[in-house]
Amino acid sequence: MISLLAQLGDWGIHGLVRLGRAHLLLLPLLRGLLDILRRPRLLLDQVYSVGVLTILIIGVAGLFVGMVLGLQGYYILSRFGGETALGLMVAASLVRELGPVLTALLFAGRAGSALTAEIGLMKATEQLSGLEMMAVNPEYRVLAPRFFAGLLSVPLLAAMFSCLGVLGGWMVGGGMLGVDQGAFWNGMQNGIDFREDIINGVIKSVVFGFVCTWIAIFQGYDCVPTSEGVSRATTRTVVHSSLAVLGLDFVLTALMFS
Amino acid sequence: MNKNRKIEVWVGLFMAMGFAALFYLAMQVSNLGTAYTGETFDVTARFDNIGGLKVKAPVTIAGVEVGRVIGISYDPQDFRAVVKMGLQSRYLHKIPDDSFAKILTAGLLGEQYVGLDPGGSETTLGNGSEITVTQSALVLEDVIGQFIFGKGQEGKQ
Repeated sequence: MISLLAQLGDWGIHGLVRLGRAHLLLLPLLRGLLDILRRPRLLLDQVYSVGVLTILIIGVAGLFVGMVLGLQGYYILSRFGGETALGLMVAASLVRELGPVLTALLFAGRAGSALTAEIGLMKATEQLSGLEMMAVNPEYRVLAPRFFAGLLSVPLLAAMFSCLGVLGGWMVGGGMLGVDQGAFWNGMQNGIDFREDIINGVIKSVVFGFVCTWIAIFQGYDCVPTSEGVSRATTRTVVHSSLAVLGLDFVLTALMFS
Repeated sequence: MNKNRKIEVWVGLFMAMGFAALFYLAMQVSNLGTAYTGETFDVTARFDNIGGLKVKAPVTIAGVEVGRVIGISYDPQDFRAVVKMGLQSRYLHKIPDDSFAKILTAGLLGEQYVGLDPGGSETTLGNGSEITVTQSALVLEDVIGQFIFGKGQEGKQ
C-alpha cells in the first residue's frame, strides 16, 4: 500500500520534471526563429516534410467527414422539416470544431509521430551530440525549423479540411439528397460570421499546431536513446497531443463561443 | 528537375492552396462577402418592450435590409428601451421621420428584427434622429393572458 503511494508520488514528480524540461526547450525553439530568417532553406525543407506530405490524409479525411455530416445532418434535420438548414449545420460544425480538431489529431498522428521518430533517432545515433561538437546549436538548426514548420502548416491544413468538408457536404446534400442549392449556401452565408466563426477556428488551429508540434519535438529530444525509447516516445507523442488538443478545444470553445 | 526545386514548388503549392482555402472560407462560407461595409448613420427609437431583439438584428423596410441594430439600452427616466440603429448612408434623408417602427419575428419562432413602415411626412430622418412612433414586440405570455381573459369574459356572458 505504501509502496503504491510512493510510486504515485514518484510518477507525479517525474511528470512535473518532464513538464519543466519541455518548457525549458520552448525558449530555444522560439529563439531559433532568428536562425531561420537567416537561412530560410531549413524552414522550407521542413514545411515540405511536415505540411505537404500531410495534404493527402487531410484532404481525404475532410472530404469524407463533410460528406458524412451532410448525410447524417439531413436525416436528423428532415425529421423537423429543417432540411434547408443543412448548409449552416455542415459549415458551422466544420469551421468551428471539426476542422481544427480533426486536423490537429491527424497531424499529430502522421507528422507528429514522424517528427518524434526522426529526432529520437538523431539523438540515439548521436547526430545531435555530433552537431554540438561542431559548434552548431542543434536546437536552432534541427528543432526550431521543425517547430515553425508545424506552426505554419496546421492552420493551412485546417482551412483545407474545412473547405473540402463544406464541398463534400454540398455534393451529398445537393447531389444525392436534393437539398435546394440556394437555401444551402444562403443559410450558410447568413449564419457563419467571419470574425466569430472563421477567425476563431483559425486561432484554434494555430494553438493546436503550437501544442502538437511542441509535444512531438520535445518527446523526440527527451527520449531514452534506444530503439525501445524512440518507439515509446512516438506513442507518447500521439497520445499526449491528442489529449492536449481535446482538452484545449474545450477550454477555447468555452472562451470563444459562450 | 532536381530535388531542391521539386521541394520548393510543392511548398509553394501547399501555401497557395492553404491561403486559397482560407479565402474561399472567408468569401463563400461566411457573411464577409455579403455584409454591408459602408458608412452608416444613427437613428434611435424607444420601445415599451423589445422582446428578444438583439444587437446586430436587421432593420428592414418593405422586407429589404437597410441597416442593423447597433445598441440596446434602458432609459431609467423614461422606463423604455432605447434601440440605436445604424442605417446604410444611401438612405440618409430618404426615410420620412413619421415612419412606424415595429419589432417583428422572422417566421414563427425565428429571431426578431425591426421593420420600418414609411410615413408621409415631408421631413426625413438624418443622423441622430429619433423615430417617435413605435410598436413593441409581441410577448407570448401577454397574448395568451389576453386570450384567456377574453374567453373568461365570454363565459360570463
